[in-house]
Amino acid sequence: MSANVSAIGFFTRTRRAGRIDITDILSWLWLIGGTLAVLVPVLWAGMSSLKPEAEITRFPPTLLPRAAVQVEVQGFDKPLSLWNVTVDGEVREMAMVRRIGLKAQMVDPDNPGDPVSVDTRSISPVQRLTVATENYTDPLTRFNFLTFLKNSVFVTFVATLLTLIVNALAAFALSKYRFRGDKAIFVLIISTLMIPLTVVMVPAYLVIVGVGLVDNLWGVIIPTVASPTGVFLLRQYMLTIPDELIEAARVDAASEFRIFWRIVLPLTAPALAVLAIFSVLWRWNDFLWPLIVLSSRENFTLQVGLNAFQGEFSVQWHYILAMTFLSLIPVTLVFLFLQRYITTGIAGTGMK
Amino acid sequence: MARAAGLADRGLDLVMALFEAPINAVERVTGKARMPYLFLAPNLVLFGIFTFLPIAIAIGYAFTGGADLLISNRPFVGLDNFRKLLTCDSYLVPGSCEESLFWTAIWNTLWFVGFNVAATLLVALVTALILNRAIAARGFFRAMFFYPVLLSPVVIGLIWKWFLDRNGLLNAFLQMLGVPPEIFLLDVGWSRFFVVVVSVWFHMGFYTLILLAGLQAIPKDLYEAAAIDAATPSRTLFRITLPLLGPNLLVVLILLMIRSVQIFDEAWVLTNGGGPGTANTFIVQYIYQMAFAGDLRLYGLASAASVLMGLVLLVLTLVQLRLGKKVES
Repeated sequence: MSANVSAIGFFTRTRRAGRIDITDILSWLWLIGGTLAVLVPVLWAGMSSLKPEAEITRFPPTLLPRAAVQVEVQGFDKPLSLWNVTVDGEVREMAMVRRIGLKAQMVDPDNPGDPVSVDTRSISPVQRLTVATENYTDPLTRFNFLTFLKNSVFVTFVATLLTLIVNALAAFALSKYRFRGDKAIFVLIISTLMIPLTVVMVPAYLVIVGVGLVDNLWGVIIPTVASPTGVFLLRQYMLTIPDELIEAARVDAASEFRIFWRIVLPLTAPALAVLAIFSVLWRWNDFLWPLIVLSSRENFTLQVGLNAFQGEFSVQWHYILAMTFLSLIPVTLVFLFLQRYITTGIAGTGMK
Repeated sequence: MARAAGLADRGLDLVMALFEAPINAVERVTGKARMPYLFLAPNLVLFGIFTFLPIAIAIGYAFTGGADLLISNRPFVGLDNFRKLLTCDSYLVPGSCEESLFWTAIWNTLWFVGFNVAATLLVALVTALILNRAIAARGFFRAMFFYPVLLSPVVIGLIWKWFLDRNGLLNAFLQMLGVPPEIFLLDVGWSRFFVVVVSVWFHMGFYTLILLAGLQAIPKDLYEAAAIDAATPSRTLFRITLPLLGPNLLVVLILLMIRSVQIFDEAWVLTNGGGPGTANTFIVQYIYQMAFAGDLRLYGLASAASVLMGLVLLVLTLVQLRLGKKVES
């Protein structure tokens, strides 16, 4: 580790092109190893989600999704499985009629005659590359997936919108006015940073029961709307907006709300964008709070639904993985397009 | 694009039209000076109802018993819940405690916090130091390590569960090396180990980013001076980099502790709710189970446990805020 640090600052600058140091090699090994550690489990789950049910638990696993080939053979009601069989020294594809102990009855699919009896140890199934799209399409119709998706989209969208408005209003008050108790209110709001949901989840649930929002998507949305991080971020940004602009608007007899809506809010757009990105990620990924509040299936969000899935259908990994992957796509897209803003947002505010 | 922007503008105009008239009416009555209170009201009402009221309720509930939600129907039991949680023949042996599951959860959490904090800090520090070099594709690697931070804990739990499955990729790889397959998540030791691995995998990118920001704030001329003095790399690390990164490291350490104490989501999904047995039952899960899972409805006991946990987190947060101020100044 210490060797790596030699490179900080001066080393890299004095390094001549083409000269590779041992520390470079170690660094690259670390970075590539780390990248693989991140990618392999994710991609592996993705590849597996394309495998047909019969293939998914095969051990040792194959990399690509493949499936045994079935053929229709004249004279048989059901499709038969296709196998590679060595007959008289040449390999042929034959369909299996039945299997008794170590012997299998095989027929030529194109020319079904009397079955030939072969040793099962000398045959292997014919497999083709098959993408099991039904893993993705079945749950859409069968497991309320679309309902979960709709709920998640609703919660994420509405909660983010309310988060932006409610916290921007508060930040406006705290950055552009001097009034009795302004400092105390700011400290009070920021102090709630110290109280994570995990500590107040029992009484917060009781409040939700009290206001009648149990098993209701609004019960998931409303408690998350007022965010100390949001107030802090927006207030710091609004402090940089010159007060002269506001004074000028007042001279023009603009109402306070108009000043907020027409002047301050548009100028705060970059900070609002950062908060919006984070709010979307928080709400989309939320698990414990929706798990507590929501109890009936038709109200589940995607995360709660996925968890319920894996409890109930623990053998149906082909469905679970496909659903997991679908719920991963929006976050991945947000990340791909907004990566720079997300990382600078975090580095700047330390929020996640 | 322009058309979409136009539509968005029209939407915003509509929202403004909706709110402007009533809010302006209030302004005419109260005058401009009282408007900030109106702007603060939605936020403060929500904080009041969903943060401050719950704190008060949590403390109130911690002193009551019974299974009824209404506080007026709950018998006052004094310190009974706390006594129940804290009565132990030996605190080292959860089985000897009245609430043995609570102490199992505490010990599990402490072990997790210890290993998770150490492992995450080490991995994040090494990664940050490497990413701070003028290495090619730095942005790509930074993004790569950061990606899991954004994923949902449920998704991460499921992906790893599949990876560690009996028929999973890790076992296939081990088989290639001639090691017999293992059902990792049904083994006490392995499952605890992998809860930490998954947690490091999930969060290290976040701490790497914070440390990287700290590293980049260290003045370059310090290293130039060290180079002129022909300082060895390890001397540069221990005399310049780490001391100057110290405050950031402390903040990361405390932040990591605060968040590790609250482990729930990913461990819950990965270990089927704390298994095998109670090997991965952590303190948040204990609270959840007492209050919400099944028909226990021990709100008083759960609240008492919440209050105890809140006190620990409060101390950690105060330390963090103190340190945070030091870092800034």
